[in-house]
Amino acid sequence: MRALYLMGLAAMAFAVQPAAAEDDPKFQASAHIYDTYCTQCHGVQRNGKGVNTAGMSVQPRDHSDAAGMASIPNAEMIEVIHKGGAAANKSALMPPWASVLTDEQITDMVAYLRHVCKCGG
Amino acid sequence: MRIALPFAALVGALAATAAGAQGGDLKACAACHALEKPASPTLDRFWERKGPDLWYAGDKFNRPWLVQWLQKPTVIRPGGVLWFKHAKAGEPRDTIDTAAVPKHDAVDAATAEKLADELMKLKGEGLLADSKFDPAVAAGPMGKLAFGKLRGCSSCHQDKPGEGGLSGPELYDAGARLQPAYVYAYAKDPQKFDRFVWMPRFALSDPDLQRITAYISTLGKGAQ
Repeated sequence: MRALYLMGLAAMAFAVQPAAAEDDPKFQASAHIYDTYCTQCHGVQRNGKGVNTAGMSVQPRDHSDAAGMASIPNAEMIEVIHKGGAAANKSALMPPWASVLTDEQITDMVAYLRHVCKCGG
Repeated sequence: MRIALPFAALVGALAATAAGAQGGDLKACAACHALEKPASPTLDRFWERKGPDLWYAGDKFNRPWLVQWLQKPTVIRPGGVLWFKHAKAGEPRDTIDTAAVPKHDAVDAATAEKLADELMKLKGEGLLADSKFDPAVAAGPMGKLAFGKLRGCSSCHQDKPGEGGLSGPELYDAGARLQPAYVYAYAKDPQKFDRFVWMPRFALSDPDLQRITAYISTLGKGAQ
């Protein structure tokens, strides 16, 4: 079962397209989803400084940090968005989003994050 | 302008409905709140709606709290019904423009009683069916720990004024406000209440749900 899940993740990671152009509907849809769900912690400017961060024991990832984001493979980003931070031995304060976002939306979000961090794929 | 226009529209809607609500007519509340389950919920509905859904108010609220709150409304959602609309980028972190968060109208005591009666009749079919909260469970120290560090509820919700996140409704009076069965059911599966709500479904075990619900249900109970 675990092997099947990992194969699924690998397939989703493979599906991540290079950073979309800003007028691309997928880019705009991901930005809208980010505004709705992610900014509460990751910040209006995608810099990890959301309205909820005052008392957090672990601060959210700064998605505008090219160096920090470049070190995270697409498959890991997909897994963390899908299953939450604890699934990848990261902070449990990052919740799992699989109940809200579809696999395709998560894959598109990773492409969007690559655009935000300007750190390629 | 991004903030001012919806706010102005909301003020207008509130003014237009205040007279109806004062008469105890729940239909007046529909200008801002969904009183029936939306036929086809969408993400954009969150961006357009002016108040939280009330179509399951009878599953959610305690009637005595409703009667009091309707007469003296307080801000339950620090960032408004959609915090993003009132969030401002800043250092060391983003803030909420609290002056822009709309205030709810107050009604007189007789109207509050009537509205509470009507609201308590609004129930979602089977919404609480999976709720297994056991009132005999004590929150204990693990309840607060689960709410905070372990499960991160405090990232979005305040359990004390000024302590906790701002994007979710405050919970420091949730013991008076909310039915424990609702707290359990909502924490177990928020998407059952709305597919697009920005609280995701956590993989919480039954013991976790029991102790978190028990903890939340103790908050602010003495304030009534």
